[in-house]
Formats: sequence, structure tokens, C-alpha cells
Amino acid sequence: MNKAMEIFRKHTMKIVLVLIVIFFSVMTEGQMFAASSFQALIAQNAYVFVLATGMLMCMLTGGNIDLSVGSFVCFVGAIGGHMMVRGGMSVPVAMLLMVGAGVIYGVVEGFLIAYINIPPWIATLAGYLAFRGWGTALLNGATIAPMPEGFIKMFNGSIPDVFGGAALNITCLLVGVIACVLFVVLQLKGRNDKVKKGYEAETMTSVIVRCVLVSVVILLFAWKLAQAGGIPNNLVWVAVIVLIYNFITSKTTIGRYFYTIGGNVEATRLSGIDTKRIFFLAYLNMAVLTVISGWMTMARLSAATPTAGTNYEMDAISACVVGGVSAYGGSGTVFGMVIGATLIGVINLGMSLMGIDANWQKVVKGVVLLAAVVFEIMNNKEKTKD
Amino acid sequence: MEKTNASTFLRKYTMIIALILVVIFFSITTEGKILFPQNINNLISQNAYVFVLATGMLLCILTGGNIDLSVGSVVCFAGAVGAMMMDKKVNVVAAVLAMLVIGILIGMWQGFWIAYVKVPPFIATLAGMYAFRGLSNAVLQGMTVSIKSEAFIKVFGGGADCYVPDLFGGEGFNMTCMIAGCIAVAVLIAVQLKNRINNKSRGYETAPLGSTIAKLAVISAVILWISYKLSSHKGIPTALIWILLVLLVYGYLTTKTRIGRYLYAVGGNEKATRLSGINTKKVYFIAYVNMGFLAALAGILTIARLTSSQPTYGQGYEMDAIGACFIGGASAYGGVGSVAGVVVGATLMGVINQGMSIMGMDANYQKVVKGLVLLIAVAFDVLSKREKK
Amino acid sequence: MKPAGGFSRLLILEREVGSRYKKCWEEYTLAKVLLEMKNITKTFPGVKALDNVNLKVEEGEIHALVGENGAGKSTLMNVLSGIYPYGTYEGDIVYNGEVCKFGKIKDSEEKGIVIIHQELALIPYMTIGENMFLGNERGKSAAIDWNETYGEADKYLKMVGLSESSKVLVKDIGTGKQQLVEIAKAMAKHAKLLILDEPTSSLNEKDSQALLDLMLKFKKEGMTSIIISHKLNEVAYVADKITVIRDGSTIETMDKHTTEISEDRIIQGMVGRELTDRFPKRHNVKIGDVNMEVKNWTVHHPLYPERKVCDNVSIKVRKGEVVGISGLMGAGRTELAMSIFGQSYGTNISGQLYLDGKEVHLKTIKQAIKNKLAYVTEDRKGNGLVLTNPIKINTTLANLDSISPRMIIDKDKEYQVAEEYRGKLKTKCPTVEQNVGNLSGGNQQKVLLAKWMFTDPDVLILDEPTRGIDVGAKYEIYCIINDLVAAGKSVVMISSELPEVLGMSDRIYVMNEGKIAGELSAEEASQEKIMSIIVTSGKGA
Repeated sequence: MNKAMEIFRKHTMKIVLVLIVIFFSVMTEGQMFAASSFQALIAQNAYVFVLATGMLMCMLTGGNIDLSVGSFVCFVGAIGGHMMVRGGMSVPVAMLLMVGAGVIYGVVEGFLIAYINIPPWIATLAGYLAFRGWGTALLNGATIAPMPEGFIKMFNGSIPDVFGGAALNITCLLVGVIACVLFVVLQLKGRNDKVKKGYEAETMTSVIVRCVLVSVVILLFAWKLAQAGGIPNNLVWVAVIVLIYNFITSKTTIGRYFYTIGGNVEATRLSGIDTKRIFFLAYLNMAVLTVISGWMTMARLSAATPTAGTNYEMDAISACVVGGVSAYGGSGTVFGMVIGATLIGVINLGMSLMGIDANWQKVVKGVVLLAAVVFEIMNNKEKTKD
Repeated sequence: MEKTNASTFLRKYTMIIALILVVIFFSITTEGKILFPQNINNLISQNAYVFVLATGMLLCILTGGNIDLSVGSVVCFAGAVGAMMMDKKVNVVAAVLAMLVIGILIGMWQGFWIAYVKVPPFIATLAGMYAFRGLSNAVLQGMTVSIKSEAFIKVFGGGADCYVPDLFGGEGFNMTCMIAGCIAVAVLIAVQLKNRINNKSRGYETAPLGSTIAKLAVISAVILWISYKLSSHKGIPTALIWILLVLLVYGYLTTKTRIGRYLYAVGGNEKATRLSGINTKKVYFIAYVNMGFLAALAGILTIARLTSSQPTYGQGYEMDAIGACFIGGASAYGGVGSVAGVVVGATLMGVINQGMSIMGMDANYQKVVKGLVLLIAVAFDVLSKREKK
Repeated sequence: MKPAGGFSRLLILEREVGSRYKKCWEEYTLAKVLLEMKNITKTFPGVKALDNVNLKVEEGEIHALVGENGAGKSTLMNVLSGIYPYGTYEGDIVYNGEVCKFGKIKDSEEKGIVIIHQELALIPYMTIGENMFLGNERGKSAAIDWNETYGEADKYLKMVGLSESSKVLVKDIGTGKQQLVEIAKAMAKHAKLLILDEPTSSLNEKDSQALLDLMLKFKKEGMTSIIISHKLNEVAYVADKITVIRDGSTIETMDKHTTEISEDRIIQGMVGRELTDRFPKRHNVKIGDVNMEVKNWTVHHPLYPERKVCDNVSIKVRKGEVVGISGLMGAGRTELAMSIFGQSYGTNISGQLYLDGKEVHLKTIKQAIKNKLAYVTEDRKGNGLVLTNPIKINTTLANLDSISPRMIIDKDKEYQVAEEYRGKLKTKCPTVEQNVGNLSGGNQQKVLLAKWMFTDPDVLILDEPTRGIDVGAKYEIYCIINDLVAAGKSVVMISSELPEVLGMSDRIYVMNEGKIAGELSAEEASQEKIMSIIVTSGKGA
């Protein structure tokens, strides 16, 4: 019985995810499992993964958040819309300029938070207000549409099938299979290495179980997406970003510093690390990732609107918290965040498929956020001596 | 002990000086319109909710820089429920009570998670912000509900006739208001003198006579000036009565009661407070229950003023409240702040709002300015203190 | 004021006088037992903190509780004061003849049992008066009567010997005075049994003496006190009875008036073994050239730029040497160390710093580390270690780049490094994956040391390296220090424990009020000499 409890605690969110998927499948009479649903899940939630990655880096440093991301998305949309649609600027140049805007904002924000010591939630709350106003003003309250084809395709399109499959996108399937193989190989190699070097390693059984489960999920996705037209470009963006940041957080020195700062900032400073620089980078990084999620939003809506980005900060923070990122900083992983974001995406999608009123969806989102935090805190209470 | 007089004076009264400068600035840019009786009146009635919410927010911030992001949504939700009730012909008194009770219940809900389960306040109230906005929409079903109860509107300061009537039937000039102002000044001077005499007789330190007189003179002048302006318009706006009530009650609470002390203590050093035998969890809880209550009150004042309830009300209110507190000198780390500071801060925010509206500035750019003002106020606070917990 | 030295002489005197008095007294009365804690057992998940502990305290006596860290002294007092309420422990508390079931702090305070904790429970931005009556406010109903508050506060302040007005902010008075405010606060609660947990841990010699004398004064007025302390000399000075607790059990109670108590005897009881040498001897002491030299070093306070916290300090440190820096709290030793260490503290820093003969300007901590300087902080939990991270991550934190080619951490190397230092320093832990927060104080300090040793420094500055650590672990750390200097490194040891400074150093600098007041070699140094240097060098001495 104890073993079961232990497993539950370690993989809570994944188990919850599975249960929720099952729940919605039942409630929507299987619609949840349609190919279109999988595609929609990715299309509608790509921005969450990107934003939540940035938010994760901020939260690691000590539970710091960025409340301005949604408003900044609106602002980016506004300037992007003006440049590409009204101004007829070439897409790559416009994108570069938008990144530039993100960098400028990130630098200012990072400077205020890291070097002037303004509490992050206040600095970003100001941004939340200011950019919403500025963005709306730039748009004159109206919508700018449509976005250039080339731009939209970068996100909404999918990777064409090299093999010219008719009903099924074979490239997609192939990629799925390759991903599975890679995963299994890495897992086995990792375990082998550990055993060789004499570290504690998990049992062969648990490694096999994990390989099987993950492969099933990957193949399921690959199959469904293959039916729906192939690998969405959004997914590529998300995958690249997730993999890069996972690498940074788990294997690099700078990633390590994010964690230790969240654990004890003074101890980290006195160990010779420039803590202010890390805070600065966290917010600069957040701003740039916000630009990317802004692009995804613009592509999805094919427009720039004054209401774009509404509630985005909520989604990002929720994804992190639900994914096990500590609200006090110092712990949390990229893959945890992925689970969290997926869970929230599934809930969103499920509710939409069920036709639940948008307002009640808001209520549910709020409750889920609260429940996730409470759960994470309760979980940690057991681990630490009081 | 104290350093040079000039620098300490400057630091202590920075925000008041800032307020004066801002008023002067807007007087110039609006060609004096901002000081018209009508606008002074509007300043008070349109910003009543800021004073009420900021007072509640102050109590939360005192406990350690904790805020409540849900107040705007709670204002909307409480108002929505009340409006719906009155629309369904429920007794006005019952509706008002129901709104306050809802506020208290919401405060208890959020207070529970924050105080006893230790959910970080910004997350708990962020969740509330969304949940209650959604619920407001659900309750109103996306529509506007207008309020028809004359009594309600009159009592809580809405509509055209929301003033304390002139008992002296003055023409074009509200005598009651002017007299009330004079009485207020007289009471203030009397209380200050009494305190001074009392303290002197018991041998305690008192501030130098000169500064006391100067402070009294300035405050009295301001009160009389405001009374004069209001009298020239239509008299005392009912909303002002509510503001004053809240300010006086909470001013007393924060300076003279045990619970007031505990709020400051918890923000100053939570561990020490706990080791002094005080139930710190209860203190946090009370701060948030109170916030819920005041949010409901602000909701009542809002729907009264606008004589209706819409799903979009209350948006941005948390900003105004938080801004007023910090501009008024509350510390972002807790333990420092006062109701008097809130008054200055809320007034400053109100003047900025008013001034920008009169200048005809785009509502969106007003948002930008508000954001910047908040930033500057906090930056100033942080830079001048440069002390971390 | 009694001279602060030769406590053993005092002991003998007191014992003679005391035993004579006690014999007379006892002929007439049987001393009344005020408090009896019977068979107290308290368990936390996985560990038995108290195991059938018995304690008897007579009215009007000063009873000392001594023991190693984690022995259970504070736990026992927390049970007594109600912090661990009735129901969470087994056994009985019998106070004044009746069995007590305290549910919270206020319950015990109502009976007159007041506990003063090690960390001061004061709010810095509030006045003394406000702090004194926090939780115990004056005034009927909900409103506070401020006049009564300040009036009463002044009264109690006089009782403890403070001349400050009760309207002064707590943050504006020194730690010594803050401690006295805590006692005044206890007096205001009409304490009959006063419990003091490590009351002199953050006080300098002068303030410690004042506090101990205050305890004696209270005793004369009929107050009963329990004092928990590490400082055996103080315990011997002030206590009537000493109870030794080890590993959650009562080992023995010694009565000063009937038996001969020596520090060694107490230590033996605490540690459970004979400790012949408290300080390991060093063999083949080879002292080389000057490793680090500081000249005319002046540092100003970060918040009050006119205040000098270090004033024209010049010190020299040689290879293979242990240099002790002693002084009172607030003398500026930590400030000196931190300002040298990459200017991690202070503003307006001037002076010259020479490492290995060359002048260096260390503007950041990273530069300091690169220049083979290491600083082990005073407060290992607060700013030394990341408690929520495992040992291996803490061990490598200050030198992560050395095992991270191209910014990618070599996790295997990291594990090896952590294991290597675990063995070297004999850190007690199941694995290096264990979170540092779960280790005992002594082992945490070892991890902290390991971290800095891993940066391969030439000069290590240790700030209070054995604070809050039990006697056994202290010895191990002294051995580590000896090993370091034997390898040719230099160790600067800042310590407030005079025996430690005297036992370990080759040379001792005495700092007072930001200046170097004197320099002594190991042969010529003694506690009296150090104290006299401090006393005669102070302003207006």
C-alpha cells in the first residue's frame, strides 16, 4: 500500500492528467480522442507552453512572476500588425523588430526588478496595465487583419509529408516512431551508465514501464496528428523551446544557479554568483519568449486585437504551478511544466467541447489553480520537518 | 538622532508635496478646471471606491506586503448579486446585507487558503480574480441590470440627488456643508489641543508647538477650502460620508486597537509576533476577511453611483487600491503604512484620474500613465529605504 | 564588575560560601519545589527528542540546562512553555503543586512561566513600549491605552537597568539592550519562573556579564530561573544547579553547593566521553611567508555612510598560520572579512589588499574566489547553505565552473567531488543526495567548509566556524583547520569564544570599534590580556 502511495505522490500530476483525459472522453462521448481534438489542443495551447517556460525561469528564482505577459502580447500584436499589415513591411524584418521590442522591454523590466529591487509583481503589474492601454491605443480599439500568409504558415501550417501520404501523414508517423526509439535508447543508456558507475539506479521494471507508457503517448499523438494533416509547426516551435530549456535547467551551470537562487539567494551571492544578473536574465528571457507566444497568437487569430493575450499570465502561472513548480521558488522542472500546461489545455478543450459557458470556464480555471497550489504545498509539508 | 531638518522633512512629507505638485500641474494643463466645485465633487464621488478598497488593501499590505488581486472581481460580483436581488424585488436592506455577507464569505474563503494553508496571496487572489469575474458574468448572464430602488441610490451616493440636503435652505450655496466643515475644523483643533495638554500634564514628550500649529493650520485650511468648494456645488456628497466613516473607523483601528497593532507586528517580524503569543494565522485571516467586506462595500458604492450592475465593473480596481497604498507610503515588505497615507495616495490617484479625463486624454493612455505612476511610487519607496527584510 | 577571568577561582569561592549558607538554610527549611517535569517524552516523526526526562526546579534557584545541540534542552522548554501543547507529549508538568495542561503560550504565561527565546522576538520598527506589551496590551476592551503602556514600560525598563525611553524604536538600540528589553517584557508579564534560552549567545562579554548579574539580582528578589546555555563558564558563575541532558535523556543533576563542578566534568556528562584535549595539537608547525596583507583598510556602513565600521585596519596573515581575530560583537570583524571578500559588504572602501605580495583590487566576490580567497559565513543556515538542496549541489556551488566544461555540468564529477569531501571531512550523512537541511549543525558546517575547500583557496576566513555546534563536532572542525594550515594554507578565524581563539591561533588580533586594538602571539595571549586590550582601547575608557 505504501508503495502505491509513493508512486501516486511522485507522479500525481501525470495520473491526474490521465484521469482528466478519461473524464472528458466520457463526457464528450469520445470527441476528446478525435484527431481534430489533438490538433486543436496543440494549436490552442502552443502559446501556453512557450509562456510557461519563461514563467518557470522566473518562478524558479523565488516564486517571482510576470503579470504583464498577456498585455505585452497585445502590444506586440499591435506593433506587428502595424508593421506587417498596414506598413507592408517584410515579415522577417518585422519579426526581428518585434524581438527587438521584447528585448528592450525585457531589459527595462529586468533592470527595474534586478537592480532597483522593485518587487516583481508590482513592476509587472504596472506593465499589465500600461501595455494593455498602449496596445489598445495603438490599435485605436480596432482589429488589424489579416496577417500575411507567410507569417501565419510559420505557426499554423504543418510540416509537409515528404512521402506524399494521402490519408495519413507518413512523415509525422515516422517522426513519432523515431522519437520513441530515441527515448527508449536514451533511457536504457542512462540506466546502464548509472549502474556502471555505481550509482543508485531505478529498477529495470520501472524503466520499462516508463518507456512503454511514454511510447504509447508519443505514438498516439503521432497517429492522430498524422490523420489531421501532419506535424503542426507550432509543435516544432514548442518542442524546440522545451528541449532547449530542459537542457539549460538540468545540465548547465546557469540553469543550476536559477535553482540555488530560489533556494537561498544570499548563499548563492556569497558563493560568487552574480545573482542580480540572473534575475535580470529571467525577465529578459520572459519578454523574448512572450514575443514568440505573441506571434503564435497573431497567427492563430490572423489578426491583432485589443483583447489579445487576455488571461495569458493566468494560464502560464497555472501551467507552472499545476506542473509542480514551487510557488516559493527553488524547484520545478520543464517537463513538469509540460504536464501542467497539457493538463490545463485538456481542461480548456474539454470544457469547450462540452459547451460549457466561457464564464464558468473561468471559474473552473481559478479553482484548478488554487487546488494545484494547495496540493503542492500539502505535498511539500510532508517532505519537510516542521 | 534625526539628521538635517530639510531632508527629513522632505522624506516625511514627500507624497504630500507630490500631491501638491500634481494638483498644480493639472491646474495649469486644465486651465484651472480641475479645481472647479463640480470637479472636486466628482473627484470624491468617483473615487470613493478607491478610498474604501485601499483601506482594506492597506491592512493586507501591512501584514507583509501581501495584496489581494481579486478585489475588482469581488466588487463586480457582490454588486451583481445585489443588483439581481433588488431586481427581483428583494428588500433593499436584505440585499445590502447579502452583499456584505458575500464579501465576508469570500474574504473568509481566500483568508483560509492564505492564512492556514499558506498559499501565496498573489496566487490565491489571482485565482479569485478570475473565478469571481466568471461568476459575475454568469450571475448577470452578460447583461446590464439597472437599479431602480430610490432609497438605495440615495443612501449610497448615486444618481443626481446624492447629497446631504441643506438644512438651511441656502440658495446656490449649501450652508450645511460649510457649517459641517467649520465644525470639523473646530473638533480637530479641540482634540489636538486636548491631547497636547494631557500629554504635557503627564510629562510625556510633545511635538514643538510651532510644528503642531503649522500642521493644524494647513489641515484646517484644506478642510475649509474643500467645504467651500463642495458648498458651491451641491453640498456634501453622500459618498463622502461613507468614505469618512471608513477612514475614521480604520484610522482608529490601526492606531489604537490590539488587532491594529498585531497587523503591524506581523508585517514587522512574523516570528517575533508568533513568539509573543499572538495567533499570527488569525491575523492574516482577519486581514483578508476584512478586505472581502470592504470590497463588498465598494461594490455597493459602485453600483449605486452607476445605478446599474454590469459584468465589466471593477476592472482595474485592484490597481487603484494597490497604487494608493504604495503612493501613500506603505512598505512593499509590510509593517509600515497608515490610513493617513492611504488618504494622500488615493487622493493623488484620484487627481491624476480626474486631471487626465478633463484633459481629454485617451482612456488607454490613462492606463499607461497609471502604470508608470505606480512604478515610480514604488521605486521611490524602495530607493529611499534600500532595506530588505 | 567582577573581572572576566579565572572563573575556576570564583567557583571555589562561591562553593565555599554557598555551601556554608545552604547548610544553615537547610537546617531551617526544606526548599520548596516550584516545578517538576516528570517523565516527559516527546517524539517527532522518526526521532525521539525527549525520553523520560525528569527535571526538578526549586523556588528561588537558578537552574541551568546544558547539553549538546539537539540534546533536547530547547524541546523540553518548549514543552514547558506550551509551545508544544498538552497532548503532544507524555508525562506531567507539575507547577506549584498542580498538574498543568498548557494548550498554548498564553496558558503558561498566566501561571507566571515566561520563556525568552534565543532569537529575539522583537519588531524592529516598533517602539520598546509597543514591543514590551505585544500580546499583553494595556487597556480595557479593544482599545489600547498608550499612556499606560509607555508609563508601565518605563517602569520595567528601570527594573532591568535600562535608561532608554520606552518610545525609542527597537532597531535603534544594540543587541545587548534588546535582550534586556526582552527581560523587561517578561517582567511585565509578572513572571515567576523565567526561562532563558541561550541569553548571551549574541552578546559581548560586557553585556553578558550585565545580564548574568541581573539574573542574580532577580534571584535575590525571589525569582526562579532556568537558563539554557552552551557557555559553561557562565553557567558555572550563575547557576545553583546544573542538569545535563544528552540525546534526550537526563544524565545527571549537579548541585553547586554540594559537589565540585568543573567545566571538564560538565563536558564529560554532555559528551559521554572524556575529552582530554578540547583543541587538537598541531605537529610540525611551519609558518611561511606573508600570504595576505591588508593595509589601512577603511570601510563605511552601507546605510549610514558617515559611520566607519572598519577604521584603518592593517593585518598580516602567513602561510601555515592560524590567525585569530577576537573582539566584542559589533567590533567590525565580520564587516572586515566581508569587505575584503570582494567588497560583499560596505561602501566607500579604501585601503590596500595584497595577496602573495601583489596588490589586488577585488571588486566582486567572483574575483575574490579567483584570487584564492574564501569566506565561510557566520550564519550557515541563513546565507551559507541552500538548505533545500542536496549536499553535492552545495559542495560545488562556489566553483561550479571547474566541473562544467562549456557551461555543462559534469554530474559524475560533481558526485565524485562531493563524495571526496564527505570522506575527507567525515560528514555524517546517508548519501550526498541528502538535503543539507536535514543534517545536524555540525555536519552542515562541514558541508559549508567543503564548499570553500573545493575552491582551493590559499586564505580561508572562517567566521564563527563552530557556533551552535556540539563539543564533539567542534573538535572535528578544529582538526580540519589544522589539516588546512599543515598543507600551507592560511586560516583567519573570527571567533567570539575566547577559549577557542586561544586554543587554536598562532597569533591573535584584537579588534574593537572597527580598529585593531592589539596583536598578541599565542604564547603571550590570555583571556585577561585580550579583555584588557579591549577595555583600555575603547572610546572614553
